Amino acid sequence: MTALLFGIIHTWLVVGFAPLITGVVRLTKARLQGRRGATVLQPYRDLWRLLKKESVVADSASWMFRLAPYGIFVAVWLAATTMPTFTTYMILTPAADLIALVALLATARFFTALAGLDVGTAFGGLGASREMFVASIAEPAMLTVTFSLSLVAHTTSPAAIANFVLGGHVGLQVSFGLALGALVMVAIAENGRIPIDNPATHLELTMVHEAMVLEYSGRHLALLEAAGMTRLLLYMSVIVCLFFPWGLAGPESGPGGLLIGLFAWLGKVLVMAVGLGLFESLIAKMRVFRVADFLGGALLLALLATIFLYVAEAV
Amino acid sequence: MIIGSVLGAFLLLGLLGIIFNRLPQLHALVYAGCMVLCAILVGDGVYHVLHAGREEIPAVVLPFGLPWLKAHFRLDNLSAFFLVVINFPGALTSLFGIGYGAHVPGARRVTPLYPLFLFGMNGVLIADDAFVFLVSWEFMSLSSWLLVLADHTNAEARKAAMVYLVMAAFGTFCLLPAFGLMAGHDGAYGFAQMRLAHLTPLAGGLVVLLALIGAGSKAGLVPLHVWLPLAHPAAPSHVSALMSGVMTKVAVYGLIRILFDLRGDISWKWGFVIMVVGALTAVMGVLYAMFQRDLKTLLAYSTVENVGIIFIALGLAAAFRDHGAMTLSALALVAALYHVVNHALFKTLLFLGSGAVLASTGERRLDRLGGLLNRMPVTGLTFLIGAAAISALPPLNGFVSEWLIFQSLFQGPTVAHWAMRFGVPVVGVAMALAAAFAGTCFVRAAGIVFLGRPRSPEATAAVEVPLSMQLAMAIPAVLCLGLGVFPVMVTAGIATVIEPLVGVQMPAALLGWPWLSPVSPTAGSYSATMVLLTAIGLTLTTVLVVHHWGSRRVRRAPAWDCGHPEQIVNAQYSADSFAQPLRRVFGSVAFGAEETVEMPSPGDLAPARFTLRMIDPVWDGLYAALLWLVNAIADRVNRLQFLTIRRYLLLMFATLIVLLLVVAVRQQ
Repeated sequence: MTALLFGIIHTWLVVGFAPLITGVVRLTKARLQGRRGATVLQPYRDLWRLLKKESVVADSASWMFRLAPYGIFVAVWLAATTMPTFTTYMILTPAADLIALVALLATARFFTALAGLDVGTAFGGLGASREMFVASIAEPAMLTVTFSLSLVAHTTSPAAIANFVLGGHVGLQVSFGLALGALVMVAIAENGRIPIDNPATHLELTMVHEAMVLEYSGRHLALLEAAGMTRLLLYMSVIVCLFFPWGLAGPESGPGGLLIGLFAWLGKVLVMAVGLGLFESLIAKMRVFRVADFLGGALLLALLATIFLYVAEAV
Repeated sequence: MIIGSVLGAFLLLGLLGIIFNRLPQLHALVYAGCMVLCAILVGDGVYHVLHAGREEIPAVVLPFGLPWLKAHFRLDNLSAFFLVVINFPGALTSLFGIGYGAHVPGARRVTPLYPLFLFGMNGVLIADDAFVFLVSWEFMSLSSWLLVLADHTNAEARKAAMVYLVMAAFGTFCLLPAFGLMAGHDGAYGFAQMRLAHLTPLAGGLVVLLALIGAGSKAGLVPLHVWLPLAHPAAPSHVSALMSGVMTKVAVYGLIRILFDLRGDISWKWGFVIMVVGALTAVMGVLYAMFQRDLKTLLAYSTVENVGIIFIALGLAAAFRDHGAMTLSALALVAALYHVVNHALFKTLLFLGSGAVLASTGERRLDRLGGLLNRMPVTGLTFLIGAAAISALPPLNGFVSEWLIFQSLFQGPTVAHWAMRFGVPVVGVAMALAAAFAGTCFVRAAGIVFLGRPRSPEATAAVEVPLSMQLAMAIPAVLCLGLGVFPVMVTAGIATVIEPLVGVQMPAALLGWPWLSPVSPTAGSYSATMVLLTAIGLTLTTVLVVHHWGSRRVRRAPAWDCGHPEQIVNAQYSADSFAQPLRRVFGSVAFGAEETVEMPSPGDLAPARFTLRMIDPVWDGLYAALLWLVNAIADRVNRLQFLTIRRYLLLMFATLIVLLLVVAVRQQ
């Protein structure tokens, strides 16, 4: 019963805090660029404004175009619902493991790309093509990270991996470090952050994600934006849960433990948001075809993480 | 008994098709008959899997075949399982054929051969001796060869049929000695005797190699796949569905029968080899598929990919079994057979979808299609479901089998040998790449064909296909969801089927029925049912929130496209441009892809030209060399045709001497 309750709280927590995190990233970047910047609450206002606007749908669009935003948002939200944030004791934690997480995000991407192709414009196709190109390398990298973690922890469930790390079985492992590096690179690519994609641009040929959703407006766009924000928070939560799970509440934790878990998660995620803003301010956007090198690097790092396990064992 | 009469009825239908060849109602009648017969076989197979699963089924011996060897038939769990896998898609393609079969090119040649093809495939499944197995196998090959050749006025179909015939003959040529080696000196061709036979390690290894080549050439393993993307698309679409979705599964059946039933002692090294070949096949198959411009060829290459994925799991199962990890072996085998079921379903669906598109527009080229979702809603929706399922997206069925295969791959390093420990992660990367590429490939296929604006007048004028064809696509689409949402029922069924092969009953679910958690309760779990229920709940919440607080107004307007919309439909992304980023990164390595752009000088009115050149590394590297070798040898041997009679006599005499010498030496 409590597991159900925590599950419901968690479900709303991930959507509720997602715009805040995006706001923190934007504010950090604004301050670093010498601007005053909007408040961290601005993303909430943006979503509300978009929700209230009428939606313009292109003449050539099919029903796919109108249904896709709902599908995409639900797929991302569902993925976020199954990944632990402040506690591992949730009803849906065993419903999906890391492989299922990759696949749920792939579902969202599948429909985003199809929606990009639906209107039949050059920009939509360009975005869809590039998004699938990025995903074609990022997704295997993420799966290989899962592979290396499961070799260490003998599980693909994020909650179980977190417990394994908390149990102190890991220590300083090269494999874990490499896997973390690979996962961060994948997270940057999957969320369309600099240096892969620029979330702030609209009229550049380098854009990927924004090109796909160019035709969207009103409530449909609000859903897509919310999906993007939730995905960012989701990836941060996954990194926190797998590699820095300290403070995470378990099934035995009392109310105090839960509060600690909640604030620990929030603190870690906020630190990561500021870190992301800092990183994006320091680095320049990459050419599209350099992305293959970047993500190929992530894939190799993850593969090395698995191989090093056996090398370490053999030596 | 039932199966025997159904098989007889297939032959009868074929005969009727030949006799009443000119009757216009013939097509619908034959296909309806096939549908009923397939449905009976499905029912029989399901009954055997569910009820008669555990008891020993006696072999049926019929007095025909070779004089000293009667024909043996037997339906055990594995055969019954494949009976369902083969005949369910068979029933669907027959249903599709009722509306479609009369309109294909060469319909009068296709209709009588169709039941014979089904006869051949079913014969392979119930064979209990090598003779019946091989005769049915050849029956299947030759009838499908004739089906490929149905449109014999088409030069491409003729070439495809030629390559197919050569490769099919080569496959049987390898299977024949494999069975011969297992039969031993006494010629014990019954499967029951073969199970008891003891082979030397060399002979045992040779059997595995020959079976792998023989069955692999039929299944489409790289580099033996070259015939498949030529032959499968050349046949009429419902036959393509049978060849791609079903006939490759007969080959998988043959390999499982030999590796896991007739031979009990395959070394893990062979499992490793099968796994690596499977990984190569999966990645190459999907890379080929990604750059195809023809919808049916794309689907055929995607079959190559899926066969590779099945072989990865089969190899793992063999390696685990040799290592003594029987539960893991069972897990890998369950994963393989789950994928067999899934691929049979969604590939049938997708090929039928391509048939519907072909029937409605007369086009298979991706760049001549587009915007069909509005014009053919049922075909479009079912094709999208099939595309999502084959891209392994939850909560559809493709994801469950790929999840199981990943779970068993992650256990691969249990086999404590450096080759497995370093090989399995690499195979895992290959499998992950194949899964991700498949997603891209099917976004491209579904997006270019069904979404966007129509790229040709034919696509603009497309209309939905008749109801029977819609139904044939809707049933597998619903099942793709069903088998994805209730996976534990499927794994429980398959676990019963493979129990005699691995000797352990795999626990279907360690956490209770909605949770799929095959390895241990903590080692990762997935619950499609919970995922689907939560998804429904979240969707309702989202819709309620958006529609309660948001604006509901929708305005239709011309596409915005950053302020300068193009009226020309070719300004949309095409199939080639969609694949361009991946072609640049992977195509240049795998296929030597070269793009050249010829821009006219300024002021010149000549159009700019873009040319793309890709080579097929397997065909150009391997088969071209083989063809050259065969031709060279043939040229040399050709001289023998122009000798004088004196020389011929001399040659005969020399041969006789040599043979006598051989006999003399053998008798010493």
